[in-house]
Amino acid sequence: MRAAKAALALILAPLVLGADKPVLVPDVSQRDIRIIYSFTGAELLLFGAVLYPGGRAPTGKVDIAVVVKGPVEPVLVREKQKVAGIWMNADSTRYLSAPSFYAVASSRPIKALVDQRTAAIYELGLDSLQLSPTAGALPQEQRRFDDGFVDLRRRHGLYSESAEGVEITDGVLYRARITIPARVPVGAYTAETFLIQDGKVVAGAARDITIDKEGMERFVANAADRWSLTYGFAAIALSLVLGWVASVLFRRR
Amino acid sequence: MPPKRLGKARVMDIYLPIAGLSVNALVIVGLGGLVGLLSGMFGVGGGFLTTPLLIFYGIPPTVAVASSATQITGASVSGVLAHTARGGVDFKMGAVMIVGGAFGSFAGAWAFAGLQAIGQVDTVIALTYVVLLGSIGAMMAKESGQAILASRRGTAPAVSPRKRRRLINALPFRWRFNRSGLYISPVAPFVLGFLTGLLTVLLGVGGGFVMVPAMIYLLGMATNVVVGTSLLQILFVTAITTLVHATTTKAVDIVLAALLLIGSVTGAQFGARFALKMKPEWLRFGLAVIVLAVAVRMALGLGWRPEEIFTVEPL
Repeated sequence: MRAAKAALALILAPLVLGADKPVLVPDVSQRDIRIIYSFTGAELLLFGAVLYPGGRAPTGKVDIAVVVKGPVEPVLVREKQKVAGIWMNADSTRYLSAPSFYAVASSRPIKALVDQRTAAIYELGLDSLQLSPTAGALPQEQRRFDDGFVDLRRRHGLYSESAEGVEITDGVLYRARITIPARVPVGAYTAETFLIQDGKVVAGAARDITIDKEGMERFVANAADRWSLTYGFAAIALSLVLGWVASVLFRRR
Repeated sequence: MPPKRLGKARVMDIYLPIAGLSVNALVIVGLGGLVGLLSGMFGVGGGFLTTPLLIFYGIPPTVAVASSATQITGASVSGVLAHTARGGVDFKMGAVMIVGGAFGSFAGAWAFAGLQAIGQVDTVIALTYVVLLGSIGAMMAKESGQAILASRRGTAPAVSPRKRRRLINALPFRWRFNRSGLYISPVAPFVLGFLTGLLTVLLGVGGGFVMVPAMIYLLGMATNVVVGTSLLQILFVTAITTLVHATTTKAVDIVLAALLLIGSVTGAQFGARFALKMKPEWLRFGLAVIVLAVAVRMALGLGWRPEEIFTVEPL
């Protein structure tokens, strides 16, 4: 850890010394999140400092936005409609790159920080996610699906946007808390930090976070996936043994 | 910095590795216990209650169906042992029905995959529940209601006229099933087994509530081997279904099944004791009410605007 930090400082040194642009030095409280049997979610702290060229204090107002993004996956979104008195899946649409987790926090509302184009480039804000829908739907219909999908994931805690989630101290130090829910999917995550000044992203940096199942949970999930037949037999054996033990226990009474 | 957990450390929270979410272990064990209590009282497997209750609790339907099948395997062990000990199992009949059930289970897996592809699994599960439970609940309510009225009047309960079994008797290749006291074609129990196997994969039920009346009224089996034989068939077919789900949908949650079992095997013992103190027609009437209630709840769920209009599935 310390060696890594030293190396980082060494890499950053020329940037800090030479460039006239500020540099971000970000970190996260946890690089590895382990899902164990009692996992009910976690809270990530993203923090760091802004290094200004020549150590000068910032002249204007600076803002920070942090984005935690989970692995991107293709998904199928279905919409229920009332057909013959029954609510059932009717329309559907596909997205090629829906992040499985997305949380953004900023020091001020995203809309006040950057214009829509910049927000789209850096995927800042739930409105600016690049979901890559497979073409075909009318724009209006596409919009309905986008909103429905983002809203669903937001209520599940998988997507979030916090307009005042980043605290900045003296324009130099910043910190933000991101909540990771229990339903979080596993995989390689990134935590990106953006320094925003006058509507422009002037610096950015990223850290990797790994979320993985551990211990028995990892073993069970892997077994179910890789050795599914053996896993099935194990499930049957377990259930037979439990049933038999119960019948023996209660017969004695 | 030490990892932080959300909220208070709730000791009984447990993470279900396949369902992918945290549940309160006590709620699941309690749910299993409740179903076990009812199954002990009424002599049914209780899968028709487990699956809907798990879905109402927020478990994904596919995981609920698959894990419920696994749970039923364990829940039928003690019944099969007890009935075997007193000679209440027709193994020949059971074998025919198990083979039928295995085929039904494979056919069900194929249908399940097809329905998943067009996104109609949940609707079909709910619709089948409504139709099946609604009709069986109504029939049971009628029959037990008449029995209760008859016993009130002091008359002997009306014996239902022996159903005509012309169709079944017309089937070829007759086999002799000694314990059942039957000389019929194995095609009939095979088809019955096939249908229950289909139900097991699609709905996560053992199918006893369909099979037991069918064995008595359609096949005309000797009543003392009906329950034991149906339990034997359920044990094997739910086991096969577990394998089918484990290899196709990969939705069997072993932790969920174990929690349910701990509750249900315990509850069943108390239910069985409780049942001895009650009149059988009132028991059947009570079961009919519960079955109808689940059917109505499922029907309302289909007609009401659902909480979630959108659903997401990974590709």
